[in-house]
Amino acid sequence: MESRALVAALETLVPGARVEALPSVDQPTVLGAAADLVAVGAALRDGADLRFAALIDIVGVDMMPRVPRFDVNYVLVATSVPARVRVKVQVDGDEPHVPSVTGIWPSAGFLEREVWDLLGVVFDGHPDLRRLLTPDDWEGHPLRKDYPVQVKVPVKFHEPLQVTEDQFKANIEQDRRVRGDQS
Amino acid sequence: MPELRSEVLTVNMGPQHPSTHGVLRLVLELDGETVLSVMPTIGYLHTGIEKTIEQKKWQQVVPLVERMDYLSAHSNSFSYVLSVEKLLGLEVPDRVKWIRVLLVELQRLNSHLVWLGTHVMDLGAMTVMLYTWREREIILNINELIAGFRMFPSYIRIGGLREDLPDGFHAAVRAILDRLPGKIDEYEKLLTKNEIFLRRTRGVGVISRATALAWGMVGPMARGSGDTYDVRKAFPYSGYETFEFDVPIGAAGDVFDRYMVRMNEMRQSVRICWQALDRIAARGVHAADDPRVVPPPKDKVYTEMEALIQHFLIYSQGFTVPAGEAYVPVEGPRGEHGCHVVSDGGNRPWRVKMRSPSLIACQAIGTMAVGGLIADVVAVIGSSDVVMGDCDR
Repeated sequence: MESRALVAALETLVPGARVEALPSVDQPTVLGAAADLVAVGAALRDGADLRFAALIDIVGVDMMPRVPRFDVNYVLVATSVPARVRVKVQVDGDEPHVPSVTGIWPSAGFLEREVWDLLGVVFDGHPDLRRLLTPDDWEGHPLRKDYPVQVKVPVKFHEPLQVTEDQFKANIEQDRRVRGDQS
Repeated sequence: MPELRSEVLTVNMGPQHPSTHGVLRLVLELDGETVLSVMPTIGYLHTGIEKTIEQKKWQQVVPLVERMDYLSAHSNSFSYVLSVEKLLGLEVPDRVKWIRVLLVELQRLNSHLVWLGTHVMDLGAMTVMLYTWREREIILNINELIAGFRMFPSYIRIGGLREDLPDGFHAAVRAILDRLPGKIDEYEKLLTKNEIFLRRTRGVGVISRATALAWGMVGPMARGSGDTYDVRKAFPYSGYETFEFDVPIGAAGDVFDRYMVRMNEMRQSVRICWQALDRIAARGVHAADDPRVVPPPKDKVYTEMEALIQHFLIYSQGFTVPAGEAYVPVEGPRGEHGCHVVSDGGNRPWRVKMRSPSLIACQAIGTMAVGGLIADVVAVIGSSDVVMGDCDR
């Protein structure tokens, strides 16, 4: 299905949605508004001749200094047709917000966490929006274009736990008491 | 006699666990031996390859993407190169297409052999791994022959191949293709009707077709549940539409059906390899005739001024790629593999995002393992064929 036909189908399925076809070299591409994303996603999954049952990837791109700054691409596949489409949403700001599609495609769980982790796009309604690839205490979002690269920082170590001999003995004694209570 | 404790037990499986195929960590909640919930935790192998790529020139990216999925180096670079060629509007000669297809299918065999050996070793069949490694060694020797590098050959380049095929390539490929079908039968003799293997795999880790698709799995995982989608058939690339092969599918969606799908895929790969090998002449073109991206041959560099300038430009400032974005998926050993490439018109990629089938499979391990026994978690991980390098990138 071509981008234009997809847009026409979506406009009938989701009245009032702002969708437009974008020129592309590889596969049909549809630009949608973040506010309509959930409705458009449900229509793409359940629409009679659409049936995009699989969300196989979410690609976040930082297009700085363009306004709006971020592209979020949803790569969808209808395996039985077969057909594919890229749904693009553009958002702006330092903390951009996009509604989560985990309710439509459960595969969005990890994929949205990855985009939040690396680009700092907040997915509203995601059940568990934590960092996925970087450690939990990481600062910043590495794939943003204004994230510093090749900056030398000293390696951080965690301080080893230091206990005195008295504390050590007290710990052992307490441990003994606890186990004695149980057995 | 103390009272028997029956509370829910939380157990960390991994990151250092032999059956997690790398550094996958699963936080399991157990009621006795029954799995109540699985929370996969990944990222232990994250190396920031996608950020590194943004600092490199277009042609310097090929060795980097190959290191993501370290069992299928060719299909990483293949998907990257196809996407960039799509943006460039570049069409490569037929001979290059056939060589690429042959190498990618050999590498699918290589990856499936590793999967088979490690998967059944997790299930207790030690011997098979020694046999699959023996055949894999021969396939890696072919990589060494063409590129001097066994795991990450970087042989597929933007615009074609690094150089022409070496002497003895046809004989080496023929030797492994002659050998493999008999060996695949041999592995099957050890496993397919083996009572212990059947009990460990039949009805274990069941996932329905609809659930597999909802969790984003396309490839052998969904085909084990009866989905017919194969990128090579659905959206042919690099001349796959001219090859004769079947797409094996399963029905039950359990570990055993996924095993059968992959075993039959190996036979189909051998079929494709024979067809490709017959089409490849021993000598011929190895790259497109496009002076923008393909460096001139060395004898011309030393004798002609224009070729010297061209060589210098490509190796110093690189080449530019028209602005836009492209995603050309390939059917990798683990499912749809693709590189989403964004260009701003410069000589470095603006953004490269690898579509990783392992990440998707990791996420769905819980769906397949919950309700089963803890020993079956190992079978599920093995049958989803995750490569953590691909997952964490």
